[in-house]
Formats: sequence, C-alpha cells, structure tokens
Amino acid sequence: MMRLRYGDNFAASTQAIAYGEELRLGDVKIKFHPAGHVLGSAQIAVTCKDTCIVASGDYKDASDPTCAPFEVVPCDVFITEATFGLPVFRHGNAADEVKKLLASVALFPERAHLVGAYSLGKAQRVIALLREAGYDAPIYLHGAMEAITHYYQSRGVALGELRPAKGMKKADLAGTITLAPPSATSDIWTRRFPDPVTAFASGWMRVRARARQRGIELPLVISDHADWDGLTATIEATGAGEIWVTHGQEDALVHWCKTKGLAARPLDLVGYGDEDEHEAPPANEAEA
Amino acid sequence: MNRFAELLDRLAYEPGRNNKLRLLTAYFRETDDPDRGYALAALTGALSFKHAKAGLIRDLITDRADPVLFGLSYDYVGDLSETVALMWPKRAVSRDESLLGHPSPQPSPTRGEGAEQISARSPRKISKATITALSVPTPLAGEGQGEGYRGLDASDDHRRHNNPPPPTLSEVVTTLRTLGKTELPKQLARWLDELDETGRWALLKLVTGAMRIGISARLAKTAAANLGGKDAHDVELMWPGLSPPYLDLFAWLEGRSEKPVNRDPTPFRPVMLAHAIEDADFANLDPADFIAEWKWDGIRVQAVSGRDEHGHIQARLYSRTGEDITGSFPDLVPSLHLPGTIDGELLVLREGRVQTFNVLQQRLNRKVVSPKLIKEYPIHLRAYDLLSDGENDLRELPFIERRARLEAFVKKLDDARIDLSPTVTFDSWDALTAARADPASAGAGEDADAVEGVMLKRRDAAYLPGRPKGQWWKWKRDPHLIDAVLMYAQRGHGKRSSYYSDYTFGVWTSGEDGEQLVPVGKAYFGFTDEELLQIDRFVRRNTTEKFGPVRHVVHEPDQGLVLEVAFEGLARSPRHKSGVAMRFPRISRLRWDKPPREADRLETLERMLKSDASITAP
Repeated sequence: MMRLRYGDNFAASTQAIAYGEELRLGDVKIKFHPAGHVLGSAQIAVTCKDTCIVASGDYKDASDPTCAPFEVVPCDVFITEATFGLPVFRHGNAADEVKKLLASVALFPERAHLVGAYSLGKAQRVIALLREAGYDAPIYLHGAMEAITHYYQSRGVALGELRPAKGMKKADLAGTITLAPPSATSDIWTRRFPDPVTAFASGWMRVRARARQRGIELPLVISDHADWDGLTATIEATGAGEIWVTHGQEDALVHWCKTKGLAARPLDLVGYGDEDEHEAPPANEAEA
Repeated sequence: MNRFAELLDRLAYEPGRNNKLRLLTAYFRETDDPDRGYALAALTGALSFKHAKAGLIRDLITDRADPVLFGLSYDYVGDLSETVALMWPKRAVSRDESLLGHPSPQPSPTRGEGAEQISARSPRKISKATITALSVPTPLAGEGQGEGYRGLDASDDHRRHNNPPPPTLSEVVTTLRTLGKTELPKQLARWLDELDETGRWALLKLVTGAMRIGISARLAKTAAANLGGKDAHDVELMWPGLSPPYLDLFAWLEGRSEKPVNRDPTPFRPVMLAHAIEDADFANLDPADFIAEWKWDGIRVQAVSGRDEHGHIQARLYSRTGEDITGSFPDLVPSLHLPGTIDGELLVLREGRVQTFNVLQQRLNRKVVSPKLIKEYPIHLRAYDLLSDGENDLRELPFIERRARLEAFVKKLDDARIDLSPTVTFDSWDALTAARADPASAGAGEDADAVEGVMLKRRDAAYLPGRPKGQWWKWKRDPHLIDAVLMYAQRGHGKRSSYYSDYTFGVWTSGEDGEQLVPVGKAYFGFTDEELLQIDRFVRRNTTEKFGPVRHVVHEPDQGLVLEVAFEGLARSPRHKSGVAMRFPRISRLRWDKPPREADRLETLERMLKSDASITAP
C-alpha cells in the first residue's frame, strides 16, 4: 500500500511484520496490533522491562468490514490520536449513513450521486457498507481510486462489481453511485455527471458548517477515526496511567484525561494537528 | 418537532432558492395546523421567547457537561445551538434500575447516554497480567458509533418504549409561552433528553430565535403563498395583522375562507432600502430624476400612529426589521399624535444640534429608560418619507408627491421632536460630489458631523419593500484608511467556523520597551473568500503562541501581515489600551507587499481624533 501511494522508493529498506508477531531489539520487545483504521493499520506496542508504551496511530473502534478490528492493548503509556477529540464528535452508526445515501439515490433516480471519500480506506469501506446494505449495482470509481481499491480486492476484501467512471456516457450515469476523492467532487470533473448530488463521507460532516463550507448537499458521517466516545472509552480500556495526545484536538482530550486522574500531555508533532482539519488529499489524488 | 427539525436540517444544506421553496411549500402542504403555522412563525422571526436566552442554554450545558470541554467545543463548532445539540449527554433515567437492578451511576459529563454504565463493565478492570491483548468489537460508546456493545440495543429499545415521545412543535411553542423563567431550564433539559441530535439542534435554534439557515422571512412567506398559488406581496401586506399559528392565512391559502383583513391600527410596513452606488453607476443616471438628502448617522425607524377600535390614538416605533422598539423611546410617543406612518431617522439632538452616533448609542437597547437618560439624551425623529396619512396608504405614489404630503404632515404635527430631513440642492453630479465632500457648507451646517453621506431617491419611485433596483441609492462618505499589523486571530462563527477570520490588529507606538504594536481594533469582514483562505493559511503557519482559542500571530518589524483597515469613525475609549475605538472597522486590502515596520502609527489616529471635533466620548 505504501508502494502504491508513494512509489517504489518510499523507504530505504523494508521489513514485513504480521499482527501479533514479536520483534526484539536488545531489551525492547515490539509488537504490532490492529488499529481498525484501514487495511493493515497498526498500533505499535513497545515494551522494556515492566513498562509498555502503545502508540495508537490512527484508529477507530467501530466495525469495518475492510480491515481487522481494533484491539485494546493494555499498557502504561498510551499515545493516542485525537482527530475527533471533542465531545461534539459522536459519529453514530455508519450503516445508517449509507441508508441515507441509498434513500437519496432512490429519491433522485435521474441524478448521479458523487460520494467524496478518501481513496485509502474510506472509499473501500463505503463500498463494503453499500454491499452490506444490499446494494448490488455496479459502483463507479474516479481514476485516482482504482489502484488502491483493486489492491483491497486482491487482499480478499469483497467489493462487488466496480467500474471506472471514465468513458461512461453522461446519461448512463443517472441513478448510479460514484466514489471520488473529495477534491474531485467540486472539480470540473463532475461535469460528466447528470445533475450530481454531492455527498461526502467524513467524520467532519458531523458539524454542519463544515458540510456547508464545502458545498456538500448530502453529508455522510462516516469516519475511520475514533469519535469522542471511542477515544475516551479506549483510553480507559487500556488501563494506562499516562496519556500522550497527538494529531488533532489535543486540548480537550488532555483536559478530559486530567479530570479522570490520568497524567496527560499533548505531543505537538511538527506537521500534524491543525492542518489535518482539511484532510488535504496527497498531490497524486488531485490529478485524473 | 421531528418533522420541523428535518425540514430545518434539509434547508440548511440546500443551496438553491427554488429547491428551498419546494421543501418549504411541501412542508406546509403535508403538515397540519397548528404546527405549520408555528413553523412559519419561527421562520419569519415572529416567535420570541423572552426567557430563552443564549445564557440559559450555556448554563444547561455546563450543568450537564464539563465547562472546559464545552468551551473548546463551542470554539470549534462556532454555533451555540449546534454545539449543545451535538454534545448533549442524555440522562438515562429509568433503564439502569429496571434492567440492571442496581442504582444508576452518575451520568458522566463527557459521555453519551449509558456510557458510564458500560465503562463500569469495560475491560479496564481486566488485569494486564492475564491478558495482553483484548479484542474489542465494541466501541464502548453510548450514542456514539454504537454497533458493538451487546447490551445496548436491548436497553435502547427499552428506553424508546418507556420515555415520552418527543414533543410536537406546537407543544414546544405553547409550553414556552406559558412557562415561567424558573421552570424553563428543567423543561428544556427534558426535551433535549427526548430528542435526537437534529431535534435538539432545531429546538435550540427555535427557542433562542437564531435560526440562520439561509431562509429569509420573505422566502418563507413566498413558500406559504405558493401553497395557494397566491402572490407573496399579498401575504406581505396582510402580514402585520396576522398572528401565529396563522389559521386564517392557511384557511385562505387552501381556499377554505375569505382573505384575512389587517385590523392592527399600527402595523409595520416593510421598509424600502437603498443600494450602495458605485462610481460607474453615475454615467447612466440623470441628476434631474433624483432628489438628494443627507444620510444621517442614526437609526432608521418607522413611526406609526393609528386609531384603535375606541378611536384612541396608538403609536408604535419599529426598527427597520419590524422589531417593536416603542418601549425604549417613551419620550417620542406623545409627539406621534396624528394618524400616519413616518419613515425617518432616530437621532439625539442637544440644543437643536444632531449628536454623533456614539451619543445616540446610549439610548439603544435599553430595557429601563430613566428620566435622567431621557433628559440627557433627548430623542428626535428626522422624517424623510410618509407611507400613510390618516387612512390613506401613500406607498403607490411617486416619491415627489409623498414628500409634499410629508412636508404638510410634519407642519401639521408641529412638534419640536419631529422635523423634516432637508433636501440637498444640486444640478449635476459634480455639485453633489462637492456637497458630499463638505456637508457643512452645503446646508447641513452644524449638523454636518452627523452626516455620513448622501441619499439619492428617484422622484417617481413608489415605496417598495426590500431593495428594488435603481430607485434609492446611498452614497456614503469615504471611509478612513490605515495600515495596521495583524496581531491575533480567532476562529469565526457560523459560515466561517474553523477559519481564522476574526483579526485583532495594531499600530506602532513608542512604549517603555521601545517601538511596539498596540492593538487598536478587531475586524472580521471586508475580505473576499479567497483572501480569507490566504489569511487563514498565514495565521496557521505563523502562530507563535496559543491562548485558548486565540492565536498570537507573528508581528515583528520585518515579519507579519499588514492589513489595510477601513473604518467610519474614531472615538476615545478608556477601555482600550490604545485609548481609541474604531467604528465599523473592516479589512479593505491585504498588504502582502508592505513590511510591518511601514504600518501606521498611533499618532496618526490621535491626529484624526483631534482634527475631527465631532468625535468625543459620550
């Protein structure tokens, strides 16, 4: 997946590791656990003597048919993400959001539905959820989605019949669902669709102003990050006494930890944090 | 309530006017009386619940949730109702006892319903020694992602059966009208517990009266008119005589009864507004078609007098949006002793001289009007139009005829508190340009300081509601401009939430530590959407410190962003560190080209204060 996204030279050297497999570096033991974020995403547990530190990376504790479920790893220090680290973010059931999308498709059979979704993980999850909801028509893909999605299929994730949107006649796209990178749904690319309804599958859609700012008509609250309840429940479940918070809305989560008697501090990592709000797609998604 | 909430939710995302109208008309068709009438009242701003203020909503949420978390959330979301609707932790009452047979735990301030109960049984208690990794198919969450926790679905159903159904819109409106101030918080909390997120959002929008979903009162009335294939203008004309839930209006629209008549002796008439004139517009306009007046820096009001059924004179003052402001100006009511409707400017006059807006401000938004206030800030009405004279509606007449009727009316009133707004004589646009540049010598005399430009009105213009094209123009005095340095930024609200769109800017002064910037004002508009993105990016990349929601943005002599700020006036202000306060400041240009060291100095503003004698603190 790294190779698909960043090219063959994404790293100087590589080493594959399976979930649960243990590596040793001197006194230190390292283990990867499913993070439930996207296919292959992992938390990393590092243990030395009696101390265990877990870095969650991006994670979610909601079910996702396209990846291994999140594991709670008991530890002493838990480094958690905080993308949705405010109590206003409570995502609800993703299946209900997909029902909303299908209801809209039924209501507007003459229009195309364009669903903005990040091409790694979110797009495949939305497709899988549509299939779970019984939608068996072909689903169309923006060119930038194809490589990753086919990779998911090659790893045994069933996604049903997928077709490129490219080359389709405008009239034939009426009543269909197409997945595209978020940036493309406000692009001239959309002109090939008949009177498109613009949807966006993202946890940010929980806040109305976000949806309106992007001109989204059909916000779908589907997130690959834990919501507030998920973050706080996970922190409690790890049993960790010390929490480091990074990557998002650190302040609120740090405050919450302290009210629960946990030592907590924000990790201000350069290049993370606020800028993430916009979930800017990598440059390669902007083309095609 | 749920059908209404669903309507508001859909309207909030619908950009097209025609689709909005379709949604609204469909709602009015499908919804029964009196719910639809209360919905129309809510959308036209005809409902107000005096006890339900934003402060009360804040108290409710900080009572139920951690105030710090609320503060951070509100800063992020930028909308009070939405913040509370999203984070409202429901109080699960009966189900814990009935299902689990033990007393219900204290609800967690930070979690959704049932969250505490779940975490009590969460894997937290499992010893780390025995199990190293534990798979959690459950999200451990309450209202959250929800699909995992097995006990939750059953108890959720149980709750739905046991709890009362969510309230209807009519129940909410009628209850709020009769409820005392002390009972209100409890009732609101109960409703918030009963409603889902969209329902909570709609409820809070409704009770605080801050809908802001892109629906004007006019649009809502048009949608109602469409229900019966009627003209929105007809609805507009009868509107002042109608009251929620508008049973008579809907009966007429559905062809079940006669057209309702307006029996209010002092109805508000929708006001006519002017377009701002641009230099290019003059080329297409003939000076002979227009009458010019001074544009007074006061408050636009409509003063209405009429006879009630007993033949007694009633008088009311309305703001330009139709808000009844009679209560704030009891001293003007006796002057309105002849039936008629004056359109004019509310001003404070001292010894016959018009005071600045800063002075007038002392009279605005007062709940209690003391004799001292009345004496020190004598109120005055400067009349510029007459919409009705006795029983006669004059709005169809050309302006020149209404003006003649107005002159006669004011003469007949013969009251020191009400006078005519004089016309400005001119025969060419050049002459008017000169008058605008120097009102004092062009007839405004001692009142020139309260003139903020000129108004142009077509001689033949009928009085039309709204902002009809080409009839009235406003030509404001040029604003003052200074170059200031961006110092602090804060996230905006509403449409701008998440963007750093509120800017505090400063100018240079010599302080104890040498040259330093001192804040002189705050602005949050004037820039284009594209410029907003640029400033937002600049703020995020150049933050040196954060104080809660406020970002300290780099502002050094060679590093920082210079903003050209336009403003209407200055006043001395002991509340500001700089000692000055700006009126109506806005960002007029971004000066990426200018290093901060070349921005203006405080002395420049102080000179403006001195040269402009009108500007004195009230």
